[in-house]
Amino acid sequence: MKLFKGGVHPPQQKNTTEMKTVAMGVPSVVVIPMVQHLGAPCQPKVKRGDTVKVGQLIGDSEAYVSAPVHSSVSGTVTRVDNVVLSGNQPVMCVEIKPDGLQEVFEEIKPPAVDSRESFLSAIRASGLTGLGGAGFPAHVKLNPPKGTKVDTLIINGAECEPYITSDYRECIENTDGIVEGILHVLKWTGIEKAMIGIEDNKPEAIKALSQAVSDIPSITVHSLPARYPQGAEKTLIYALTGREVSSGKLPADVGCIVMNVTTASFVASYLKTGMPLIKKRVTIDGSAVKNPQNVEVLIGTPLREVFEFCGGFKSNPEKVVMGGPMMGVSQFSLDLPVLKHTNALLALDETQSRIPEGSACIRCARCVRACPMGLLPFELDRLVDAKKYEEAQKIHIMDCIECGCCVYACPAKRLMVQSIRIGKDYIRRNTKK
Amino acid sequence: MENRLSMSSSPHIRSDASTSKIMLDVLIALLPASLAGVYFFGLDAALTIIVCVVSSVAFEYLARRILKRSNTLSDLSAAVTGLLLALNLPPAIPKWMAVVGSFFAIVVIKQLFGGIGQNFINPALGARVILLVAYGTKMTQWTAPRGFSGTDAIASATPLGVLKEGGELPGYLDMFLGNVGGSLGETSALALIIGGLYLLIRKVISWEIPVIYIGTVALLSWILGPEGFMTGDPLFHILAGGLMIGAIFMATDYTTSPMTRKGAIIYAIGCGLLTIIFRLYTNMPEGVSYAILLMNTAVPLIDRYTVPKRFGGDKHA
Repeated sequence: MKLFKGGVHPPQQKNTTEMKTVAMGVPSVVVIPMVQHLGAPCQPKVKRGDTVKVGQLIGDSEAYVSAPVHSSVSGTVTRVDNVVLSGNQPVMCVEIKPDGLQEVFEEIKPPAVDSRESFLSAIRASGLTGLGGAGFPAHVKLNPPKGTKVDTLIINGAECEPYITSDYRECIENTDGIVEGILHVLKWTGIEKAMIGIEDNKPEAIKALSQAVSDIPSITVHSLPARYPQGAEKTLIYALTGREVSSGKLPADVGCIVMNVTTASFVASYLKTGMPLIKKRVTIDGSAVKNPQNVEVLIGTPLREVFEFCGGFKSNPEKVVMGGPMMGVSQFSLDLPVLKHTNALLALDETQSRIPEGSACIRCARCVRACPMGLLPFELDRLVDAKKYEEAQKIHIMDCIECGCCVYACPAKRLMVQSIRIGKDYIRRNTKK
Repeated sequence: MENRLSMSSSPHIRSDASTSKIMLDVLIALLPASLAGVYFFGLDAALTIIVCVVSSVAFEYLARRILKRSNTLSDLSAAVTGLLLALNLPPAIPKWMAVVGSFFAIVVIKQLFGGIGQNFINPALGARVILLVAYGTKMTQWTAPRGFSGTDAIASATPLGVLKEGGELPGYLDMFLGNVGGSLGETSALALIIGGLYLLIRKVISWEIPVIYIGTVALLSWILGPEGFMTGDPLFHILAGGLMIGAIFMATDYTTSPMTRKGAIIYAIGCGLLTIIFRLYTNMPEGVSYAILLMNTAVPLIDRYTVPKRFGGDKHA
């Protein structure tokens, strides 16, 4: 096994490991954004006053790189309007007032799949996006560009972010579903083999999946040393295959497609039931949460109601993060909705939210040792501060995967990855034109 | 009730590493060598330590104030510089001279170049060399260690001085324990190694610089022996003079050493090579300070040519 260089060992905080998933039920309102993926936004297919049912299509796009959106509840559309979400951009959203009946849309039925094409269009129709974090439309990922030859499907069960256990629970609670989903993908895409990578801090998941695939030679399970960011696409591919995805290249360029465990199992459940992606297991944790647990949440549920379901807050939630503490996105309001790729919600109290005051770089080189991409974070930070973007580009600022290891490790508490984001954004905006 | 939530760009957690914790670890690691210095050279050595630390901290405070910069006393780096300076001075140095040393270390070398992380040479070593040039006589008067049987307590020579000037060399055990003449904190290899191991365990330093530096000196001193090839006395050279304190505490200074592992290896070999050249082929008895200072100035160059290989890319792509 190849081990990536660098990385950090934040405290794991997997407090919810043993907590069985609890379904939350129907919230008082759902707000469903038309963009929950990387790619073109969907156009709303419903208008105010329409009644919708569970699984009904409410947004779609002509664009290829896009994923349709479905209603997670039955009820009445109360608003179709732009809402500012955590990306600070207004996004068209459909607000639905649930009737609580959860009537299933009549047209929901298992898709007919008999070819690669029908498989891919079924995946698109399901609304599936990568559930691990980035939210890339699954049908696009499974249809690699011409000229690439994919021989390995990599199933990501690393879950290297602290706190999050939602993928772990998937491995335990839906072991067979994951395997079934992988077999579907292998069958219809013609990829020869699948490798499941799981960090060694989850021995039960490794055991369960190893047993489930013991008589399936095309699927293997691999234990990976627990180290953040083991579950990042590039480091995971490297660990399992020894192949390095260079900057600006896709995993398919080295013959790999990476899929999260929960994404894989959803493929199986969709092909069986035809129910699109309308709910998600979310780990609720953080120092301000009263009862940390894994909750099955309907997509579009306001964060506030999810936390209320978990007993509310035991201390003032100073910061609320969607995703893990290393790469998650802080939310400005508890009224924002749970999205397709939401895997965790963390409510941090004041102590945990405090941003330590930065001081001068002491050149200790901890950031250089921590960087899994082999970059010089301290130097990139300095160059962006000095607005020397071209020099920063020369030392590969665009290769940064923004994992945050440099900032985590820094004793001077410098905001290196934050500077790098600013630099990357500046370069992107000024090279396109 | 509307909660006001704080926003920030990830990551949202930090390790508990901090500059002041690192500096505190260095202070702790220097404790054995400081105590050994006081034990062998008496209370005057303790006074030298106190004067250096207090004056360094005072200069840091004043310089930052006058330069209208934030107060940085709490990062403890000034205290570390003061202590390192003391340990690199003759134990009985006139105290005003020690204050002059602190001034050069903190004000001239560190703060005028921008403060912590910005100085291009090691402040304590730079100050020591300035004092050596300015007050050569006082800077080479060595206190005889406790239990010294000779008659001339003040003019006691260092082992390397004996090597250059002639005379009876001290035994290895005395050199290992620190029972020989020399700078306040450099004589006890035992105490310095204990401190070095502490820093390694605490992951404040990596092994490359001290081990390769000392290894290079050992190898070259053995090869380039006085009676021809392979006749040298590596053990003597390792234990003598400022090599231990230099390799463990001075050459590993973050600011003035390379940022990558490969760079650190080149730098350590360079330090070892220069140390041997100075010790064997110049009039100076000791070469560690000069070797490290020279290699300090080479660090930007080393850093430029030892950029790590980026993931999925060529080194110089």
